[in-house]
Amino acid sequence: MTVLLLAETHQGRLATDAVARTLSALAPLGDVHVLVAAGEGAEAAREAASLKGVSKVLLAESESLRHGLAEPAAALIASLASGYRHIAAPATAFARNILPRVAALLNVMVLSDVIAVHGAESFDRPVYAGNAVQTVQSTDPVVVFTVRTSAFAAVGRQEGAPVERVAAVADPGLSSWIEDMAVVSERPELASARVVVSGGRGVGSKESFDAIIQLADKMGAAVGASRAAVDLGYAPNDWQVGQTGKVVAPDLYVAVGISGAIQHLAGMKDSKVIVAINKDEDAPIFKVADYALVGDLFSIVPELTGKL
Amino acid sequence: MKILVPVKRVIDYNVKVRVRTDGSGVDLANVKMSMNPFDEIAVEEAVRLKEKGVASEIVVVSIGVQQAKDTLRSALAMGADRAILIDATSDVNQDIEPLAVARLLSRIVEAERPDLVIAGKQAIDNDMNATGQMLAGLLGWGQATFASKIEIADGRAVVTREVDGGLQTIGVRLPAVVTVDLRLNEPRYVSLPSIMKAKKKPLEERTAAALDVDVTPRLKIVRTVEPPQRVAGVRVASVDELIEKLKNQAGVL
Ligand SMILES: Cc1cc2nc3c(=O)[nH]c(=O)nc-3n(C[C@H](O)[C@H](O)[C@H](O)COP(=O)(O)OP(=O)(O)OC[C@H]3O[C@@H](n4cnc5c(N)ncnc54)[C@H](O)[C@@H]3O)c2cc1C
Ligand SMILES: Nc1ncnc2c1ncn2[C@@H]1O[C@H](COP(=O)(O)O)[C@@H](O)[C@H]1O
Repeated sequence: MTVLLLAETHQGRLATDAVARTLSALAPLGDVHVLVAAGEGAEAAREAASLKGVSKVLLAESESLRHGLAEPAAALIASLASGYRHIAAPATAFARNILPRVAALLNVMVLSDVIAVHGAESFDRPVYAGNAVQTVQSTDPVVVFTVRTSAFAAVGRQEGAPVERVAAVADPGLSSWIEDMAVVSERPELASARVVVSGGRGVGSKESFDAIIQLADKMGAAVGASRAAVDLGYAPNDWQVGQTGKVVAPDLYVAVGISGAIQHLAGMKDSKVIVAINKDEDAPIFKVADYALVGDLFSIVPELTGKL
Repeated sequence: MKILVPVKRVIDYNVKVRVRTDGSGVDLANVKMSMNPFDEIAVEEAVRLKEKGVASEIVVVSIGVQQAKDTLRSALAMGADRAILIDATSDVNQDIEPLAVARLLSRIVEAERPDLVIAGKQAIDNDMNATGQMLAGLLGWGQATFASKIEIADGRAVVTREVDGGLQTIGVRLPAVVTVDLRLNEPRYVSLPSIMKAKKKPLEERTAAALDVDVTPRLKIVRTVEPPQRVAGVRVASVDELIEKLKNQAGVL
C-alpha cells in the first residue's frame, strides 16, 4: 500500500514543517510518495526527499502549477491516483482548496483534519468546533484526507530518496492567477511556533496591537489573533486562530484580551500551557487557562515585555 | 445572471453541543438550529450582487430534513427569490456528506443553469470544508475558495481569497463555484416585513431519490466522543508571579 502526499509549497519552497508533521501521521499506512507540484520545484523536491518515510518524490513542474490553482493541481493528482490507496496533504488553505476537488474527480469522500490514523480505513477527526471527535471508517477504494499538523510531531531526516519527474496535465484554463498579497515575516510560523501570543478585541486598535507583536518578538513567538481582532483590522486574516482559522498546539499559548468563545478555543485548546490575560475574571478563556492573570492588558503586556 | 446558493441547516453557533455518553453521536433533537453562518454570508453576497444589478435571480437550495424549510425561508427573507428543498432523510441526526450534497447540487445546476454558485467555505457542524470544491470538480467548473472579495466582470469572477500567507487574487471563468470566508461581508438583519414577504415566495420540494442520488454515507461513524477536557489552572497575582511560574513550574520560558 502506498500513500501519495501532496507537498505544500509556496513559490517553489517546501513548507517543510507541515510536510514533516503529515509524514508522521502517515507512518502507519506504508510507503509514501511525495508529489511536488510547482512552477519550479527541484529544490522543494530535494528537501522533501530528505524527510524520513519518503520513498520517492514525484516532481511535476509547469507554469499552471506555479500559484496553487486548484483545477490543474487536482487534475494532475487524479491522473496519478490509480497507484495509490491513500491521498493525503496537510490541512492548510492550499490543500483544502485542492483535495476535495480530487476526491470528487475520483468519486470518493474526503476527510478533513484527521487527528489520528488507526489503520488503512480508520481515522479520528474533530467535528463541531472540536467539541466532539469522531472515529470514522472509510468504505471508499481510495481514501483522500487532510491532516491536522498540530496533532503530530515532525519526522526527522534521511538519505535523499529518488526524485522522478512526472508530466503535468494540460491546464484546463478555468482560472488564472492575478496577484499574491503575501506578508513575508521573520517571525516563526503560527502552525509550527513553540510559543504563540494572540490578541483579541480587548486590544482595542491596530496601533495597540503593536504591544502584542512586541511581546511576541521578545518571546520568539508567532502572533495570532481572534476573529474579532481580524474582522476589526487589528491583524491580518492568516493570523486568525480557531475553528475557521488556524489550529495551533504550541508549548505556550498566551491569549490577551480574548474572551474564549468556543470557536477560538477550537484552535488553541490543545496547547501544552495556556496563559490568559483578561480584565474580566469570569471570561470563559480562564476555564482552559493554566495561568490566569486578571487585569488590564495595557499595563500588563508592556510590563511582561519589559521583564522577560 | 443567475446565482445558486446552497444553505445548510446546522446547530446554532452559540449552542454548546452535547455528546451522548454512549458514543453514538451528538443529540440534535430539540436544540436551536440556524442557517450555517458562512451561508448567510453567501446569501448576503448574492443579494448585494442583485441589488447592484449584476444578478437577476437568486435560487437557494437546502438538502436534508423537512425542517430545513425554515433555513430556506430565512434565505428568502434576506432577499433570495426562490427556494428548493431536497428531502434526503427524515432523521435529524443524519448529516448528508459533502459528496452526496455536491452530487445533488450538480443535478440542480444541470436543471437551473446558474452562472455562479456561491457556497459557504465550511459547515460549522461537520467542519468539512469540501462541498464547493467537490461541486466544482463534478461540474468541471473553475473554483475560487475562501473569498473575501468578489467582483463580476467580463464573464469572469475576480476573487480575493484568504490563504495561508495572506491574500491571493484570482480570476475564474463563469460559470464557477465560489466559497465564502468570514471577511466577505456582514449579513443584514431581516426585517419583519421581509419575513412576511418570504412566506409568499416559491419553495419547491424534491427528493434525493427522485434526483437519483444515493446519499448512503461513505464514511461510517464508528464512535463519537468528547475530547479530553482541560481543567482550569491557577490565578496569578502579578506579572512577576506569572514569569516565575512559567519558568519554574511550567518550564516553558
Ligand atoms: C462561523 C463563525 C466562525 C468563527 N470562527 C472563529 C475563529 O476561527 N476564531 C475566533 O477567534 N473566533 C471565531 N468566531 C468568533 C467567535 O464566536 C467570537 O466572536 C470571537 O472569538 C471573539 O473574539 P474576542 O475574544 O477577541 O472578542 P470578545 O469576545 O469581545 O472578547 C474581548 C475580551 O477582551 C477583554 N478585554 C477588553 N479590554 C481589556 C483590557 N483592557 N484588558 C484585558 N482584557 C480586556 C474582555 O474582557 C473580553 O473578554 C467565529 C464565529 C462564527 C459565527
Ligand atoms: N446539506 C446541505 N444543504 C445545503 N448546502 C450545503 C449542505 N451541506 C453543505 N452545504 C454547502 O456547502 C458548504 C460547505 O459545507 P461542508 O463542505 O460540509 O463544510 C456549506 O457552507 C453550504 O453552502
